[in-house]
This record gives sequence, structure tokens and C-alpha cells, in this order.
Amino acid sequence: MQLALWTYEGPPHVGAMRIAASMRDVHCVLHAPQGDTYADLLFTMIERHDRRPPVTYTTFQARDLGGDTADLVKTAVAEAFARFAPKAMLVGESCTAELIQDQSGALAQSMALPVPVVPLELPAYSKKENWGAAETLYRLVRTLLAGRAPAPGAARPARSGGRGPTANLLGATALGFRARDDVVEIGRLLAELGIGVNAVVPLGATADDIRRLPEADFNVDLYPEVSRATATWLERAFGMPYTRTIPMGVRGTREFVAEAAALAGVDPAPVLARERPGAAGLSASQSRLAWYARSVDSTYLTGKRVFVFGDATHAIAAARVAAEEIGFSVVGLGTYAREFARDVREAAKRYGVEALVTDDYLEVERAIAAAAPELVLGTQMERHIAKRQGIACAVISAPLHVQDVPARYSPVYGFEGANVLFDSWVHPLVMGLEEHLLAMFREDFEFHDAAAASHLATSGAAAARAPAPAAPAWTAEGERELAKIPFFVRAKARRNTERFAAERGLATITVDTLYEAKAHYGR
Amino acid sequence: MTDLSALPPASALPGCGSAAPVLRERGQREVFCGLTSIVWLHRKMQDAFFLVVGSRTCAHLLQSAAGVMIFAEPRFGTAVLTDRDLAGLADANEELDRVCVALLERRPDIGTLFLVGSCPSEVIKLDLAKAAERLNARLFPRVRVVNFSGSGIETTFTQGEDNALRAMVPLLPQTQAKQLLVVGCLADVVEDQLRRHFAALGIDPVAFFPGRRAAALPGVGPGTLVLAAQPFDGETVRALAGRGARPIASPYPFGAEGTTAWLAAAARAWGVAPERLREVTAPLAARAAKAVARHRDRLAGKRLFVLPDSQLEIPLARFLAREMGMALVEVGTPYLDRQMVAAELALLPAGVTLSEGQHLERQLDRVRAARPDLTVCGLGLANPLEAEGLATKWSIELVFTPIHGYDQAADLAEVFARPLERRARLAV
Ligand code: SF4
Ligand code: SF4
Repeated sequence: MQLALWTYEGPPHVGAMRIAASMRDVHCVLHAPQGDTYADLLFTMIERHDRRPPVTYTTFQARDLGGDTADLVKTAVAEAFARFAPKAMLVGESCTAELIQDQSGALAQSMALPVPVVPLELPAYSKKENWGAAETLYRLVRTLLAGRAPAPGAARPARSGGRGPTANLLGATALGFRARDDVVEIGRLLAELGIGVNAVVPLGATADDIRRLPEADFNVDLYPEVSRATATWLERAFGMPYTRTIPMGVRGTREFVAEAAALAGVDPAPVLARERPGAAGLSASQSRLAWYARSVDSTYLTGKRVFVFGDATHAIAAARVAAEEIGFSVVGLGTYAREFARDVREAAKRYGVEALVTDDYLEVERAIAAAAPELVLGTQMERHIAKRQGIACAVISAPLHVQDVPARYSPVYGFEGANVLFDSWVHPLVMGLEEHLLAMFREDFEFHDAAAASHLATSGAAAARAPAPAAPAWTAEGERELAKIPFFVRAKARRNTERFAAERGLATITVDTLYEAKAHYGR
Repeated sequence: MTDLSALPPASALPGCGSAAPVLRERGQREVFCGLTSIVWLHRKMQDAFFLVVGSRTCAHLLQSAAGVMIFAEPRFGTAVLTDRDLAGLADANEELDRVCVALLERRPDIGTLFLVGSCPSEVIKLDLAKAAERLNARLFPRVRVVNFSGSGIETTFTQGEDNALRAMVPLLPQTQAKQLLVVGCLADVVEDQLRRHFAALGIDPVAFFPGRRAAALPGVGPGTLVLAAQPFDGETVRALAGRGARPIASPYPFGAEGTTAWLAAAARAWGVAPERLREVTAPLAARAAKAVARHRDRLAGKRLFVLPDSQLEIPLARFLAREMGMALVEVGTPYLDRQMVAAELALLPAGVTLSEGQHLERQLDRVRAARPDLTVCGLGLANPLEAEGLATKWSIELVFTPIHGYDQAADLAEVFARPLERRARLAV
């Protein structure tokens, strides 16, 4: 039994719903009690879907338990099939139905519907949402491609001639972070390379799109949390290679271009040559990040402390962009995606930090407080943590809230995605010149603590500071000196000084302690 | 517009026998489970913690229903069952005790711990009553542990509140004193207003259940008059009656008419002189009627379809029909507790279609066929219906905003007028 206050991931059947809700002609039946219908609002409210997710629930009640709950499954499947005429059906159970063991999937299969029925096993007491999405996609793809794989050892059948190389984009789903725009951006990028998109799966896909997957030359494993299982199976069964690079940031995108070009047998040089690092904003370069980062006014971004947390894919890529492309210092890196913990641990080593692998929100909050970053790149949960601690924040990963689904085109993958990252990470920070002015004129009444940087809509509510147990006491002069430090670094100065004093067993903090600590932590 | 003499006295209201025919449906129910009640109950009772014993689904539901997270450590959480707990029940009991004790150690501010049953805990027959007993033996009187069910197989949405309050009834101290006990979770601002009204009527003492602290329990006994402020607290009212209290039948305090009728029912039962009642309520009712009139233009003559969800459907439909002049196409309710809504049913216009339970797809077919001007529904349905060109109001707002009493009557009207007002403004 594990105490959960807020969770990063829903149960695995919500992952199954994300696959169904991404597709156009697949319907999902869930054996679940009425309260589980709450999950519809994730799609219709957070992502503003204009149709209900294609999901039917049996909504069994306690009084049904003595009788035939299995009958409810059959009725629900039959009615859903008759009403929605899907081309394939997913049948699964939520946590409660798993316990009553009605074998919903097998029951539905026994109904001999004229469309493929995919029984789902979604262990609700050990697995979570992303696993459920990955498993559902994998099962659906396997079912729809059953009997189509060449015999083991046999050569892969030649692609139909007369057309250029193509790729499938795998893993984009409803409620995936910026997935809607990423597939457009990556599709454009591939088109510039002369590579067509054979199918995007599952976002916007039909069952027939899945049947066409083997016609492509290779797969793009866009969101490994969801698509890695499918990509590896397609490689095993159909000999289709898949990309390993995540096209996030300028460097990630350039590497992706090279990798995709190699898999397709095309020349990446024309695309790469146009995207020259340092190319001016008025050049043909689509990516402005490299030039903006070199622009002198960005100097103030140097070494800003950033804490990164999210799913593994976005967290690893974001840390790399932060360090290599913007010049931040990564002071924390973590993920809630245990399945990919190893990759995150490896990445963390590059920044000399210990990876934080947890789905305990309070633990993340403590780690952020301890790292005292100036910017948090996280999920909507970290947005709340950062707000409480008065730290700037940008969202880089699911779970999302409604404001993370912007109306405008805002991919985070590809060259345009890199531009979006630069803007959305730099915007929450106090800008360079402004930072100097604030420091120089900190006694000016307009620069008092409550006045936020002028380009920020609201001042981050000052975080209530819980004193550490047996925290050293500040002397009056110490406090006065602390008050002279600009407000946006004051919380950090306070924490560092207290830590410094505590570690040295000092009972009081004087002006000297403050400056000794500053020298100690100074970069 | 609220002429009290036009209302039949509550005691003379017909029972269910005379009510309109009801369309009973079985099929997919698109409603929250009782766990959702925790979202407002924990705000009301500031010394209470609600620990759901359930699954990741339950935790996810609570988080999704709570919407925006504001609290680092909210006063609710989920003890998530894992494979290990399912392997052997003894283990699960020990685990639960461990989680509770650890939680209470970290939260010394908590005086009442609610153990909330969920579908999984009930299906595996994890006995939360026993667990509460065990924990009480260990923790009482510093902390009192109470258990109730919020599971989706037993409860719908607001029924969670009913179960929580019902579970507290045996704990209420016995009293012989004459008092009025108002039942139902109300926003503090509403509670304060109603207190002032009762004081003006000379009704004193008045207790509210639940109060702002779970530990401050009101008394109950033969001198207690019970006035329900929420139509979904039926089991609680019946349990209080079982403790000797006398329930007062009344419409609910929604709108000027409903609030007057509600205060009138209390006044009659208490023995307040009719002139005093009129003196106190007439100016308040007039003020409320004036405030709601602003929204009447927007709503009058508009056709309303109410999908089942919060169990507030019948009283709200009565308000919208009688005070706002809306035409009722269909009023759905998750279940019909005739005893609790008898006075409301009597006020509904003749010929209204009531439906109980739900077959979602068939009901949506009826919505599409009727094309109402406004559809009240859950969050999962609102945007899809809007996309079909139908104006909607999500019902969850009705349990998260103060809507009871005279001074909230206009806010209540506005909740329904706003979607129409918005459509009128938008030119895209
Ligand atoms: S319906 Fe049951 S399983 Fe689902 S959230 Fe509610 S209590 Fe939990
Ligand atoms: S007890 Fe309930 S159901 Fe029976 S007559 Fe009275 S109101 Fe109707």
C-alpha cells in the first residue's frame, strides 16, 4: 500500500483510452464502475476534444456483482459495435473489474464480431498509464498485422517501387505533450529530406493505417514511453529499423536528420547546411535558437540553475538542450517513468547529478527545494511546486493541464520546436538588463519585493518558508543584509546560507556568515 | 415574485404516489462516484483528512475532479492497493495501519481521519469498519477514525457526502434540548448568512452538520428539528430520525422561492409567528427576486435538458422552471429519493419528463432530438455537446460554488445564464 496525494500517471486503462481517443475508427469497451467515467473529461476538458473519447463503460454496480456482470460486458460490446461501427475494438478492464475476473476480453472475442477484437490485460495494481498506452498500441498493431509478417529469417519483401522512401511516425497520442504539433513538424522535416510519411500512429490514425505500417522503410520512435514496444516488435517481425534519436533541440534535430537520412538512403546535407549554428535570424535557417543563444543579451542565461523532471524522453532531451544549447546548469534531473530509469540515470551522470526516479510528488518538491534552481522544467505538477516556491517554470512533459495545450502551433520537436523551447524557457526568467537594473536600484520603491519583472503577468506569490528543523537563527544585521539582495535570488541566498551554517553547526547567521556562504556557493 | 401564500404548506405536500411518471433507465451511467464528495468535504472540515483506500484510478479521479492543484499536501489522499496487498488480506490490514499512523504523525493538525472505501477495497472485502475500530483503539481520543463508502459500485457523486455524514451520526452526543440542525455541506459564507436569517426569526440554537471542524459534533435527540439543505443527504436525515430527531419536509433553499419555503418550513416547525416570518423573509426575498430578475430575460422560455449527475437536478429544475421561466424538456437524476424531494416534485410543472438512472447513449439521442437551448451535464460531455451546437452547463460547478440562499440566488441563475450570454456575445 502506497500513499498517493497527487499522481503523475493514471491507471493503465487510461493509457488504453489514450490510444482509442487518438484514433478515428477504434472503439474501446471498459468493464468499469460508473466513477471511472471521470476519465472522459481528461480528453474533453484538458485537450478540448470536440467528441467524446470512443469509450463505453459497463458501469456495473454492487447489486450486479451477485448476478451476471459478464452479461453487462457482452451487452456493452454489442451495443457499442452496433452504434459506432468501429473497425476494431479494444476490450479491457479497470482496477475493480480486474478483481472480479470476468475475462472481459475473452468474452468479447467469443462474440464473433466481424471486426478484430483486441483483449487487453492491464494490471492495474502494478502498472500505470504510459505502460497501458504502450501495451494497448502494441496489442492493437500485432492484432491488425496478424499473419502479415514474413517468416522468420525470410528476407523483407521489397517496398513497392516507383516512390521515394517513407517512414511511420509512432507514439503520438492524445494527452501527449505537444504531440499534435510535433508530428506535423517532423513530417515537414522528413518531407524536406525527401522522405514521405506512410502513417502516423496512433494520433489521427485508422485501423487501415496500422495495416499499412509495414509498407514504410523505417519507423520513427517519437515517444518511446508509448511506442518503443511497438517499434521493437516491428523491427523483429518485419525487419523495420527505427530511429533512436529524439529530435528535440537543434542538436537532437540535426542528429535525427542524419539518422533518418541514413535509414532512408537520402542525403541529409542540404537540410543540415541550411541550419547552420550561428546563422542570423534573417537567414534561411528555420532554427533561431542557436543564434539567439549566441546573441549577447543572452549572456545572462549563462549557468542559470535548472531542475528538470518529466517523462524520460522529454526530461533527458530537455536537460541536454538546457545545458548544450542555452548554457544553463542542470542541477537536477529526474523522471516518474520507472521503465526508463536507466536512461535517465545515464543522462544525469553527464551533469554530475544523481537522477531522481520517483512518482512521489512530495519527494520531487523536496528535491527542488534542496537544489534551489532558478528555473524548473517539469510537468504541470512541477508548475505548482515552482509556483509555491516562487521559482520560474516551464512545462516540458505530460501530465498536462489545459494551458499546456496552446491554440497556436507550438511543437517542441524539430527546428521550430527548438525555437519554441527557447522562448518558453527564457520567457519566465527575469531578463538580463532588467536583472542588472533590479540589482542596482533595489532600494527604489518600484523594485520592492512584490513588484515582479515587468514582462511577467503576475508576481510569483512569495513562498511560505518552512524553517528547517533547528535552523540557525539570523541576526538582525544578517537579515538586513539579506534584504539587500535582489528578491529573485534572495530565497536561494537564504537557503544556501542556512545550509552552510547548519553544516558548520553555527547557531547564528551574521553578515559574515552570509558572505562566507556566498563565497562557498558562488560560481 | 415569491408570494408565500401561493405555496402549499410543506406538510400538505403530496407523497410520491401523485408524482409524474418516471422514465427508468439502465445502461452506461456517466456520473462521478462518491469519492468526488471529498473534494468539498475536506475544504469544509478543516481538521479532517480523507484517506481513500483504493487504486490508482481513485487517486486519479480525485486529482482530476479537484482540477487545479493548490495544496502541496492536501487533506486527502489515497492508500493505493498494490499486488502485494491483494496477495493476502492480513497484509493489507497491517499496511493500512502503517499508512494511517505515518500519515497522522506527519499531520498533527488532523483530528478526524476518514477511511473511505472504494470499489477495489469493497470487492476484496477489506473491512474498513474493523480498521477504524482498530485504529481508534490506538489513536482515540487524539484522533478519531471514521469510515464510510465512496465507492462507485455503491455511491453516486454527492452520495459520498451522505455516507460521510451518515457515518458520523452515531458519534453525535445525545441532547434533549430544542434545536435546529441543518444538514448538508454548505460554503462558510452561506452558513453565516443562514445563521443570521435564523437568528432574525428567533430560531436558536441552530447547528450545522457538518461544521467547520469535524471534531465539533452537534448534539441530537428528541428536541432536534432536522432541516436538510441538500437533497442528497437522505440517509443522514433518516439516521438522525433514528436518533429521535424530527425531519422537516421542505423544498431546498435554491432561489428566492425555495429559500423562503425552506425558512418557512423551519419557522412553522419551530413555532415562529407567521408575521415574524413574513417580516424577516419578505425584504430578503424581494432583494433576491430583484437580483435574479436580471437573468430571467436570458433564461425565460428557453428549453432545459438536465442529465443525471449531482442529485441536485430536481430542485434546480424547479428553480429554473418556476423562477426563471425555463421550459423543462427532461430532468434526469441518478436515483430518485422520493422522501427527500417530495416537496420539490410537487412544485415541478405538470407534464415534465423525469428520468432515473441512465442509458447514456439513448439519453444523448433524446438530447439531440430535442435540441434544448441548455443542457446540464458532466464535464466529459460538455465540449462534445457544444461541438454539436448545444449550449451546456457543467454540473460540477453546482457543488463547488455557493448557490444556496437568498444572496446566492442571482449567482445560481447566472451559472445557467452565462453559457447563453456567452453564445450571444461570440461572433466567431
Ligand atoms: S468508481 Fe470505484 S474504482 Fe473508480 S474511482 Fe470511484 S471508487 Fe475508485
Ligand atoms: S416512503 Fe417514500 S416511496 Fe413510500 S410513499 Fe413515502 S415518499 Fe413514497
